[in-house]
Amino acid sequence: MNWKLLVMLGAMVVAGCSGQSGTATGDGADSMSGSGVDGSGVQTWPDDGGASGSAIPIGNDAEAVVMNERVIYFAFDSSEVDDASVEILKQHGRYLAENPGESVRLEGHADERGSREYNIGLGERRAVSVKSILMVHGAAESQLVPVSFGEERPADLGGDEAAWQLNRRVELVYER
Amino acid sequence: MRHTHGFAGSIFASLLAILGLTLGTAQAELRIEITEGQAEALPIAVVPFGWDGAGPKPFPMAAVIAADLARTGRFAPVPERDMLQKPTSGAEINFRDWRMIDTQVVIVGRILPAASNNYTVEFRVFDVLRGELLMGYRMPAEAAQMRDAAHRISDLIYEKLTGVRGIASTRIAYINAVGDPKSPTYRLIIADADGENARTLLESSEPIMSPAWSPDGRKVAYVSFENGNSQVFVQELRSGARQRVSARKGVNSAPVWSPDGKRLALTLSKGDGNLDIYTLVLANQVLTRLTSWPSIETEPSWSVDGKEIFFTSDRTGVPQIYRIGADGGRATRLTYEGAYNARPRISPDGRNLAVVHNDRGNYRIALVDVEKAYTRVLTRGSQDESPSFAPNGEVIIYASRVGRRGILSLVSTDGRVQQRLTASEGDVREPAWSPFFNN
Repeated sequence: MNWKLLVMLGAMVVAGCSGQSGTATGDGADSMSGSGVDGSGVQTWPDDGGASGSAIPIGNDAEAVVMNERVIYFAFDSSEVDDASVEILKQHGRYLAENPGESVRLEGHADERGSREYNIGLGERRAVSVKSILMVHGAAESQLVPVSFGEERPADLGGDEAAWQLNRRVELVYER
Repeated sequence: MRHTHGFAGSIFASLLAILGLTLGTAQAELRIEITEGQAEALPIAVVPFGWDGAGPKPFPMAAVIAADLARTGRFAPVPERDMLQKPTSGAEINFRDWRMIDTQVVIVGRILPAASNNYTVEFRVFDVLRGELLMGYRMPAEAAQMRDAAHRISDLIYEKLTGVRGIASTRIAYINAVGDPKSPTYRLIIADADGENARTLLESSEPIMSPAWSPDGRKVAYVSFENGNSQVFVQELRSGARQRVSARKGVNSAPVWSPDGKRLALTLSKGDGNLDIYTLVLANQVLTRLTSWPSIETEPSWSVDGKEIFFTSDRTGVPQIYRIGADGGRATRLTYEGAYNARPRISPDGRNLAVVHNDRGNYRIALVDVEKAYTRVLTRGSQDESPSFAPNGEVIIYASRVGRRGILSLVSTDGRVQQRLTASEGDVREPAWSPFFNN
């Protein structure tokens, strides 16, 4: 699955989360390098072990970088979250745990094939699947608002598998 | 058994735009094109109606009637240029002229001025071979309702000649998405069955889905995302008044009316990610849960007698059609042919379901015999969906695509007649055919 490629969301930068105390450690870094996302994050991690020494410019912190990954993709007719996406969701879960004032809309989507109302079901199932992973990683239910749009809001307007792949997704939309 | 027939050119007429009953402005009208007709269509002549008043003829009655009859696929109207005479009363008809061009039925009529700028319309239907009057009527028609009068005449003629109630006076509801395809404006539109007289019932920057007619044809239920989540509304057509009837946590979707108009069946997730079918009594909001499986249960459709509900469930891993008592009970599976059967709609005679069926990778409209579960694929698109029966059961309207564009298509339930309706603007989808209106 090449779902990882090049997904940059323009809107809704989670700027406010930099400066939080959370430390996204090895996990976050790994998922970053695996994801191929560059973006605005500074890929310089404080090497753990010694807090002293020279100052390291950190820019956005690790969560900010990982949390630019705000779209989770799915296989056809599936709501299963793959391992790489679970890594992304872990970071969001921890961030939400540490920021109980934050909440996030989990917008579930389906590709255009098949009937529209059934696709509302698929979008809902995907959103709730993401929700349960976020809860495993510390998010509270009250912070998570699943919403299904079915096939009504495609990310890509094309009519082939490349487009459908981008449309079977859950978008994490932070609200504040 | 498909035939291509070339009478499409004769059915177009440039028609007056008439103000909607109450709501919205006329826009995004649909244009109908007959893509396949029936070879055995009956040759019929609708002679231009006479006008006994001063000034130009108030309305092209004959053109609208001819187009209505042509769309049924059962009649082939004679083009006006082929008519050897243009009688406007029975006495003027020379039956030999019509036999010469193989016309079997001739319709003549007149528009007469009546009080306060209204009209009287009369018409007569003749059997050419026997030279006999089959039917004749005179009716009042308000100036603003001439198109309705033409459709009513079409329906009277159709029923007289076929024994089946006509659908020219019925309407369709559909969703039109216009503007930037990434963030379109959504409209819920009501139009005459021929696509004319379109008016917007609701416009929103958020998705609108799943329009469903009340059995009396006075209200439409639908899903709107205007408040950030799917919610079910009921709107009265005449007054435009609307009511939010379900805004529960999670999904509120797929509303359909019980045959007595007292309840909706709908789909709710209650926020737990699991869609199930419920019924909702509109008068008192009493909610009854019909299914409780961990799978997707949605797209309810009431049986004609109101005792059962058909629905889509993917409890086996893929969507199939099931049936359950309207007050609950045990669900039984109905479809076994193919790996995808969804969005059932019952035919008016209760014998068939129109469904979305995956036919070797293509999503197509199929008819499923309710008792024998036999499946017959009716359409040939790749993304056909949202089938809806005309109230006489002869035609199904559904959503399809030409290229990437969403259009509406019609297919006769015998598969022989096919038509397309293309909007002047944007995508059209989710058509819902109205019931008969009792004039």
